[in-house]
Amino acid sequence: MTAATAPGSGRTGTFSQAALPDWAMQVVMGGAVALAFIGIAFTDVSPALLVIVLAAVSAATIGIWAGTVEGRRKATDRLATMTMTYAFLLAVAPLVSLAWTVVSKGNGRLDLDFINHTMRNVIGEGGGAMHAIWGTVIITGVATIIAVPVGILTAIYLHEYGGTGRLKKAITFFVDVMTGIPSIVAGLFAFALFALFFGPGVRLGVMGSIALSVLMIPIVVRSTEEMLRIVPNGLRESAFALGVPKWRVITKVVLPTALAGIVTGVMLAIARVIGETAPLLVTVGTIDSLNFNPFEGRMQSLAVFTYFEYKTPGVPPEPSFDRAWAAALTLIIIVLVLTGIAKLVQRRFGVLQAR
Amino acid sequence: MPSETEFEKVVDGVGEHSPLDLIERPTKPAERQVTEVASTIEVTNLDIYYGAFHAVADVNMTIPPNAATALIGSSGCGKSTFLRAINRMHELTATARAEGSIVMDGQDIYAPGVDPVEVRSKIGMVFQQPNPFPTMSVYDNVAAGLKLNNRKIKKAELDEIVEKSLRGAHLWNEVKDRLNRSGMDLSGGQQQRLCIARAIAVEPAVLLMDEPASALDPISTLAIEELISELKHRFTIVIVTHNMQQATRASDYTAFFNIEQSGQPGRMVEMDRTEKIFSNPTHQATEDYVSGRFG
Repeated sequence: MTAATAPGSGRTGTFSQAALPDWAMQVVMGGAVALAFIGIAFTDVSPALLVIVLAAVSAATIGIWAGTVEGRRKATDRLATMTMTYAFLLAVAPLVSLAWTVVSKGNGRLDLDFINHTMRNVIGEGGGAMHAIWGTVIITGVATIIAVPVGILTAIYLHEYGGTGRLKKAITFFVDVMTGIPSIVAGLFAFALFALFFGPGVRLGVMGSIALSVLMIPIVVRSTEEMLRIVPNGLRESAFALGVPKWRVITKVVLPTALAGIVTGVMLAIARVIGETAPLLVTVGTIDSLNFNPFEGRMQSLAVFTYFEYKTPGVPPEPSFDRAWAAALTLIIIVLVLTGIAKLVQRRFGVLQAR
Repeated sequence: MPSETEFEKVVDGVGEHSPLDLIERPTKPAERQVTEVASTIEVTNLDIYYGAFHAVADVNMTIPPNAATALIGSSGCGKSTFLRAINRMHELTATARAEGSIVMDGQDIYAPGVDPVEVRSKIGMVFQQPNPFPTMSVYDNVAAGLKLNNRKIKKAELDEIVEKSLRGAHLWNEVKDRLNRSGMDLSGGQQQRLCIARAIAVEPAVLLMDEPASALDPISTLAIEELISELKHRFTIVIVTHNMQQATRASDYTAFFNIEQSGQPGRMVEMDRTEKIFSNPTHQATEDYVSGRFG
């Protein structure tokens, strides 16, 4: 090879530079994690302080090391990578901790007895959450039946018919306001509404459904509107060019194309309200027996059940606490199952993702 | 520029397996024959506005039946806007409005009481980007115009219409084994022919095409152009194109649109037989544009 073609000569300089070994990041972070465990196990230093100091020290270490070997740009890259990894761990830690706590404390009582027994005439051990499971499913189901048509039709009006009119602006504003309503206010709204007709002190499952639907509607409207927005305009135009009336274009072309996204939005709304306690407490109340009829009498729900089992345990309190944890775990499992169903629907009709 | 047949000979001669084998083509050159009499469109004093902006000014033209009319001109001169006004598609833009008259078969499509939905079922449209409905199969895409209008049609009759439309769009042999697959699985050129099949399935009298081949490769473009010369037997065709070779190959008449300067409305400079526009146009601006001396 002649001198003229040797790497690093000529106008291009060299493309390759000194680099840290491949394992540099892993070793620095692994060392920090190991030191954290050792420190927490064998010293009296506050664990939070230790974690913060170790994270800062390890990030500074990789920054300075890379800075001396690789140069400024790579050092910034490694520093940012490590900071983001720590931020991710910080965000995930509560989730893992919560899931672990609920599963480890809840799986002791979560058995067949738990899901097919109510709390009727139960004192002390035994009993179950059958009435609460059915209550949650029925109340949330009725809320979904109310909120989904209202939400989707509102979104269709806003995106397909509203144009730039004042009504559209007003609706958009109030939907934004509804997003911020505290759930207890939604509960009090339903309570006040029904008190007008049935007098104070009335408790019905459907009251809870109306309170929850107030919370769901803005989520469904917003997500459906976003999905309608990403349906390509060319699809609407080519349907119009076939001489199809507008309402049929929307129901037969636009909505099916956006279906996967709309289902996701509905699932988010359900997940948002299925664990609500406060609005159900003031509207539906609590009861120990199974009640399938949302139009008559009190109903139990998993969140309220959990709350009361923990707040007013029996003597001894352990069976109540076990039931509370098992009910919380049941709620999480219901949400997971619903999410799984939504994923299946998306895969079946997922046309927008494919584009 | 070689004539259409010479052009084919050149491309066909590439080898034993020419890329042209991949597409369905008419077995013999299209003859001037009319199988279904289509409609004449008379445009009188047509002005189109977007809000306060005057987009197209004072268009007068007669679009002859059973022929292909090309609209050429630089970008922004209003030819696509004019095309969309022919079947009132411009009304989908909230601020757009048109003044003047477009008479088809003795009826002014801008007259009060005229339903744009009915107008569009008689004047079909094909767009620049192929856009099959992604939730529907190939079959359902072709049947969409009939199904979405909720006309009660027997399955056997619908089968027949779908096959006839796909044959009319030279797509039948390529898709007959996968009618139930998604239209999105087809190639770009096939998708565009599927869109043409979808448009002709509702039996319009006029077919508007907005740069139908500009997103396609040369082979698919040739397929579309050959298709246009066949479709003339059944439809009146108006095609917007930026490709002047395409205008000479595929059209019988050509209208040249021009814009004096930006902000001014676009106007139709002249319309004549395509040979005349490209060999001996009346106006200097047309001559400059078709010979590439423009701007």
